[in-house]
Amino acid sequence: MVKYIGFRIFQALLGLWFIATLVFILSRSIGDPAEVFTARNSGVDAREIMAAKLGLDRPVHEQYLKFLGQLVRLDLGDSVSNGIPVTQILVERMPATFTLGLVALIFALALSLPLGILGAVYRDSAIDWIAKVLAFLGQSMPPFWSGIMLIILFAVVWEMLPPAGKGGWQSYILPGFTLGWGVMAGMVRLVRSSMMDVLDSDYVAMARAKGLPEAVVIGKHALRNALLPVLTYSSLVLGAFMNGSVVVEQVFAWPGIGTSAVQSVVRRDFPVIQGVVIVFGSFFILINLLVDIMYAVIDPRIKYTN
Amino acid sequence: MVNRTIEDDTLLRVEGLKTYFFQRNAVLKAVDGVSFTVAQGEAVGLVGESGSGKTMTCLSLMRLVPQPGARIVEGEIWFKNENLLDLTEHEMRAYRGHRMAIIMQDPQTSLNPVYTVGEQVAEPVRLHLKERGQQAMARVLDSLRSVRIPRPELRLGQYPHQFSGGMRQRVVAAMGLTTEPELLIADEPTTSLDVTIQAQFLRLIRELQQESGTSVIWVTHDLGIVAQMCDRVNVMYAGRIVESGRVRQIYKEPQHPYTRALLDSVPLMGARREKLYQIEGQPPDLRSIPEGCPFWPRCPDAMDKCKEQYPPRTSLGGEDFVHCWLTEEGR
Repeated sequence: MVKYIGFRIFQALLGLWFIATLVFILSRSIGDPAEVFTARNSGVDAREIMAAKLGLDRPVHEQYLKFLGQLVRLDLGDSVSNGIPVTQILVERMPATFTLGLVALIFALALSLPLGILGAVYRDSAIDWIAKVLAFLGQSMPPFWSGIMLIILFAVVWEMLPPAGKGGWQSYILPGFTLGWGVMAGMVRLVRSSMMDVLDSDYVAMARAKGLPEAVVIGKHALRNALLPVLTYSSLVLGAFMNGSVVVEQVFAWPGIGTSAVQSVVRRDFPVIQGVVIVFGSFFILINLLVDIMYAVIDPRIKYTN
Repeated sequence: MVNRTIEDDTLLRVEGLKTYFFQRNAVLKAVDGVSFTVAQGEAVGLVGESGSGKTMTCLSLMRLVPQPGARIVEGEIWFKNENLLDLTEHEMRAYRGHRMAIIMQDPQTSLNPVYTVGEQVAEPVRLHLKERGQQAMARVLDSLRSVRIPRPELRLGQYPHQFSGGMRQRVVAAMGLTTEPELLIADEPTTSLDVTIQAQFLRLIRELQQESGTSVIWVTHDLGIVAQMCDRVNVMYAGRIVESGRVRQIYKEPQHPYTRALLDSVPLMGARREKLYQIEGQPPDLRSIPEGCPFWPRCPDAMDKCKEQYPPRTSLGGEDFVHCWLTEEGR
């Protein structure tokens, strides 16, 4: 187990290094940052001063090593627009994005697990149809639209929930639901089909033949097997929430990384964009790592050898 | 006939059992009026080709026919003095895994991959015998030992994928036998095992059966296994029992042409026949079973009468019977 986890962490670090290198290359291949960051017609001097400030007057390999060295110390440079260190910006904004993603995943799971399981157990019943209709709606409504509709209904018309911004727990409901809603659709389908496969299996028939009550047959014997694909999917979703939240954070003026990403793109604040991309990438890698480990815990057939 | 008290030593009496599959525009008569008995301690074979309704008969006995789709539409299943079809689902659960157990065809898939073998064998013990903790574990160990699984203390904590096919089937057997059921249903449990493992497993079950006095229903298409394991045999075709008799009698004097054909297709050691006998044609489509005797399109001795009317039950003495016009006309 320890050996396996160690190996996976090594792989994760390798992935991180790859992402960082990619970001380094990209940020230097789409135009001279010094040019971008200085005002037009500001002359050669201003450009050279900026290049020196960003370290762009050094040879590329030196820049690269410096970049990696700073990255290891979690130093992503300073924002060009306001001089605040990028790390500080990200650290301040990460919790908002992370909690929103988590709330959204909880919403999605809380809806899709019961709907998918009941849909599979009571095939073609009323509940199965409700699940299908909800899945259809979830898949066909884009979050920027459903978010605005929810704001109109719950914040403007009924005045039950705050329309935007991050405040008390009430402020999590609308953005969390909007973000989770679209994902719920795919998840209902996944839970339902995976549960149906498992319910048709011999070991479920065997569990019934032992005389176990149906609740135990489903809750103990079927569910744990049916959850394996759902776990993988949830992790991808959690990773995607970091990106999907760019739209939803914008709609709800949520002070998260997504909003920073949009702002920094508008302001051409290169160091912040770099930071955001690196954070998104690392988050994906981290989640994949955690899922691999969780998989091994849930499914004993997965061996810790490599 | 309906409420005849079961005297003698009959454990199970099935009367006119019908289990149908209801599809969108067809009704599949998987089990179509099956009647047979199993005495205490007796091993009864249920023989036929795939699709003849053997497995569905077994699942009906446990009231575990696939839902939705299949339904037991008619019949009685007397287990001692109780008609299982009159029980509530809750009462029925007290029978499953306790008084009657099943071993399924494929040991690769009938164990849950995410629970340890010990846990899975312990389930019926905790559920039906109300034993917990050390006491339950001791019983689980005993039953793993009884099916000759080496080093059961170690194996207990292992997962199904760490067992070979033969060992897994022993685990399934242990799971069924640990509560000392009165009836064991073995649904082709050796089909997926290779021949030497199969022989070991058959010997094991035979021994356990003789020790405990459990009745067994052997479902198989292999008449060789029936000869080795069973006292009586019921031959099924297209959802009905076409011939029933003591194993020796049936091997000596098969009455039904289908039984004869099955016997002829068993490969014999040292036989000089070059090509193995094969029954012509296909088993009938259960959606459109032909009028009359369903076997007539494949029967070498079919007469006009066979195409019109299903042959009545002809008693062959004792509980033995056959449904065939040849025998009926011959007397």
